[in-house]
Amino acid sequence: MSATPEKLIEMRGVKLQFADKVILNGVDFSVRAQEVLVIMGLSGGGKSTLLSILLGLLKPNAGAVFFKEEDLTKLSRPKLNEARTHMGMVYQNAALISSMTVRENIGLPLEELSDKNASEIASIIDQKLELVGLKDAGDKLPSELSGGMEKRVGLARALALEPELVLFDEPSAGLDPINSKLIDDLIIQLRDKQKVTSIVVTHEMDSAFAVATRMAFLDQGKIILEAAPGEFRDSDNPIVSKFLSSYTDHERSKK
Amino acid sequence: MLQELSGMVWMGRETASEIKERLARHRSPFRLKHFFYQSNRVGVGSVPMVILLSVFVGLTMALLTGYQLQRFGLVTLVPAVVSVSFTREMGPLFTGIVLASRIGAAYTAELGAMTAGGEVNAIEGMGIGALRYLITPRILAIFFLTPCLTVIAVISGILGAAFISSLLLQLSYSYFYDQVMTNLLVKDLMAGIVKSFLFGAIIGTIACYKGLTVRGGAVGVGTATTSSVVMAVSTVIACDSFCNIFIVTFFP
Repeated sequence: MSATPEKLIEMRGVKLQFADKVILNGVDFSVRAQEVLVIMGLSGGGKSTLLSILLGLLKPNAGAVFFKEEDLTKLSRPKLNEARTHMGMVYQNAALISSMTVRENIGLPLEELSDKNASEIASIIDQKLELVGLKDAGDKLPSELSGGMEKRVGLARALALEPELVLFDEPSAGLDPINSKLIDDLIIQLRDKQKVTSIVVTHEMDSAFAVATRMAFLDQGKIILEAAPGEFRDSDNPIVSKFLSSYTDHERSKK
Repeated sequence: MLQELSGMVWMGRETASEIKERLARHRSPFRLKHFFYQSNRVGVGSVPMVILLSVFVGLTMALLTGYQLQRFGLVTLVPAVVSVSFTREMGPLFTGIVLASRIGAAYTAELGAMTAGGEVNAIEGMGIGALRYLITPRILAIFFLTPCLTVIAVISGILGAAFISSLLLQLSYSYFYDQVMTNLLVKDLMAGIVKSFLFGAIIGTIACYKGLTVRGGAVGVGTATTSSVVMAVSTVIACDSFCNIFIVTFFP
């Protein structure tokens, strides 16, 4: 049993529970190369957990995760680590190494996992910093950065090894509209120019519709709807339409 | 307890498999820079405390044994008693206790804060192999530096004893030196050094394991640090007893 070639990553029947609490109850979805799949859902619904499983940080109780035709749940740690080098993850809290400067953070995967020499690494770091618009922040420590900057550094670090798949955990949560737009633009740019596949977990409606090529809704541990953005917006699924309409109401009341 | 033991065995096995994989790809399993940084912290940083503690312990031991032996007119035995017991026992044990509280606590606290802040997961998620990257330089540093510090502890303990002996027990430095040289055997030195390698490995493993299994934020880091020091100190003392029984039985 393996994923079909055009699918970059696929989850089949993934179940996860902690003690008696069922977090995921049979999740199935797949992402083809160069897609941006946005996964939405209520807070605490297991969206971030889903990303941890995709990255192999959590092992599901049942089901399989195929990445490039290999089942991540069955790989040994060294093999899993090898697979992880083809993925990048942007964490909700950025998760930068607090004792290292921005440059060292971005350089960490390059130093550890590539055969590049110091000057090549430095030029990659410069390039990634420029991409996220933080050319002058290289020598700062994560504690000296704002939330938005930390997230952008997290993105630069995730992109350091030129991954094929980037996972975003709430990339624009807690950011001002300008920073939020900047991150959305980066995701679109990655998709269009660098042919990167992304999975974005968010409940910021604007960014979701801005970046998505396909959208999925996670509820009660299952994907209850998976569709193109237009179809998703017009869905008559009661939970999804309630989710979308409460957001629109909220936006309207602000105006 | 059993769960912790199996956790540590698992940690050791997984770290070894990551190191093996790195070596198979002809990459260094850890950065020398990190190893030297940790060695500096463990070794050089602990020297003043080890010297201070050992001098006072050596001094006290010489004084107390001296007063007891004076009653039997055997005060001349002080150099032999102190040097042998310091080399075999006090040196490694006190170094172990100093390192468990100074370095073990630091390892647990920093790895614990990294775990609680999601940094360890981030390193793991990049495919770097968090166990190999974080643990190897730390455990190797404490493993190789504990015996070095033990040697320093032994020398300073004996110097402390010699000082107080010349001051209060009327034993000259040259007599003390001759007695130490005559009575101290290579066997005693070996026993102390072998034990201290073991202590270093125990402290490093416990401290890293406790740090990487932290749960519950800032309070969790505090609890883990306390429990790491308690566990490391008691394991070191227990292990010391077993080593002594073993050495006395098999290498009399």
